[in-house]
Amino acid sequence: MSTQPASDSGTSAKLVLAWLFVGIPLAWGVWVTLQNAVKLFQ
Amino acid sequence: MAAAFLDRSHSIAGPGFSRWLVPPAALCIHLCIGEAYAFSVFTKPMSQALGVTAPAPGDWSVPDLGWIFSLAIVFLGLSAAFCGRWVERVGPRMAMFTAALLFSGGLVIAGAGVAVHQLWLVYLGYGAVGGCGLGIGYISPVSTLIKWFPDRPGLATGTAIMGFGGGALIGAPLAVNLMKHYAGPTSTGVAPTMVTMGLIYLVFMLVGAFIVRVPAPDWKPAGYVAPTVAQKLVTTQNVLVGQAVKTPQFWLLWAVLFLNVSAGIGVLGQASLMIQEMFGVAAAAAAGFVGLLSIFNMGGRIFWASTSDYLGRKPTYVIFFALGAVLYALVPTFGHIHSIVLFVLAYGIILSMYGGGFATIPAYLRDLFGTVNVGAIHGVLLTAWSAAGIVGPVLVNYIREYQITHGVAKADAYSVTMYIMAVLLVVGFVCNILVRRLDERHYVKNLQEATQ
Repeated sequence: MSTQPASDSGTSAKLVLAWLFVGIPLAWGVWVTLQNAVKLFQ
Repeated sequence: MAAAFLDRSHSIAGPGFSRWLVPPAALCIHLCIGEAYAFSVFTKPMSQALGVTAPAPGDWSVPDLGWIFSLAIVFLGLSAAFCGRWVERVGPRMAMFTAALLFSGGLVIAGAGVAVHQLWLVYLGYGAVGGCGLGIGYISPVSTLIKWFPDRPGLATGTAIMGFGGGALIGAPLAVNLMKHYAGPTSTGVAPTMVTMGLIYLVFMLVGAFIVRVPAPDWKPAGYVAPTVAQKLVTTQNVLVGQAVKTPQFWLLWAVLFLNVSAGIGVLGQASLMIQEMFGVAAAAAAGFVGLLSIFNMGGRIFWASTSDYLGRKPTYVIFFALGAVLYALVPTFGHIHSIVLFVLAYGIILSMYGGGFATIPAYLRDLFGTVNVGAIHGVLLTAWSAAGIVGPVLVNYIREYQITHGVAKADAYSVTMYIMAVLLVVGFVCNILVRRLDERHYVKNLQEATQ
């Protein structure tokens, strides 16, 4: 019973790390692209 | 020992493994190989590799450099077609590892080719070796994701294939910044940029290979009850790849993908020039337009693929082709009334459906042919992409040149192209409508025996 929360938190940490690992570069790419896209409407 | 770690049997998920770790593993691969869409950022600096500030005698021509991307797409299709069964057999970890070595190795070889100014080495590196990495990497997580998400196959494959669309958004600014960093009075910085990107992508892709797991044979999501009776197009049985390619349904879907991609890819390559000639915007703003289309292309992959879980695959493609044809037919009108907002919006929606077509097709294949060989069948189907990669741009360029040489103004030369693209989509609409459930005789009778 006591090991379950530790296991769950371990899985949650892995999930957060894995999604950040791919999410941060992708968010950076989208941000840079949007900055350039703004020029289209200026 | 290391080889055993890569084996399918060593990548079976243990109890407590979250299936939501598999999409980021797939994204590690697709975000890297999607860099291929950004290859054009290398074209100008590679065309003046010797002259540095301007092309010099002996520098490569732009058409010669254009073959690098075309070769990569051809090898993508060929490797996906020929390695599909191998990927199914060895599992996603070995496939992702191999894709990482090939794609990264291809970039490093291409970088060496640029450094010694040997174009054949760039063709071999980025086109052939890297192209094989693209093909194996593209299909490597698809079958695994479908097995992890039997309840939401569209969402799962859409997430991964979204990464391929998003790869250009990362790859383009990364390459530009690295070239700026490495450039000097005697170098455009392309060679070290390619090598650096090869190494960065190797690490990123290996992380994906490390994370990925296959579900245990008896695993299913909590609360999920697998349907026992086939519903409309969705089968509960399986077809092997050798049998699938003999069915009209496979070739109708091949045509569906080919026509959807041909219509999108040709225009994607002309987007910058098109908006400059139709609306007179500056090159920098046109680059912003291309970037915006990339975001729609990426977003459409996850949006349409996950929507198809609710609408069904066939109705989703009905929307792609019907709405796409109407929008293509309206684009010249938006140009004539000089409405840049409507023009950009129309192209955004068209490109979202172009991406959506890629991302929804694996789930369509699963519906028709079952899960057992879906990766291999998907691999063979991707030859449609290779064919469209050649036909689409050639068609658009040829029609435009024909119009201009016959006295049509540059700004108006795209109208006929758009109408022809609309016709392509109407043909795709008919192909999709003709897709029917598979005949019982195609299904595997004894699955265990057939897959041994």
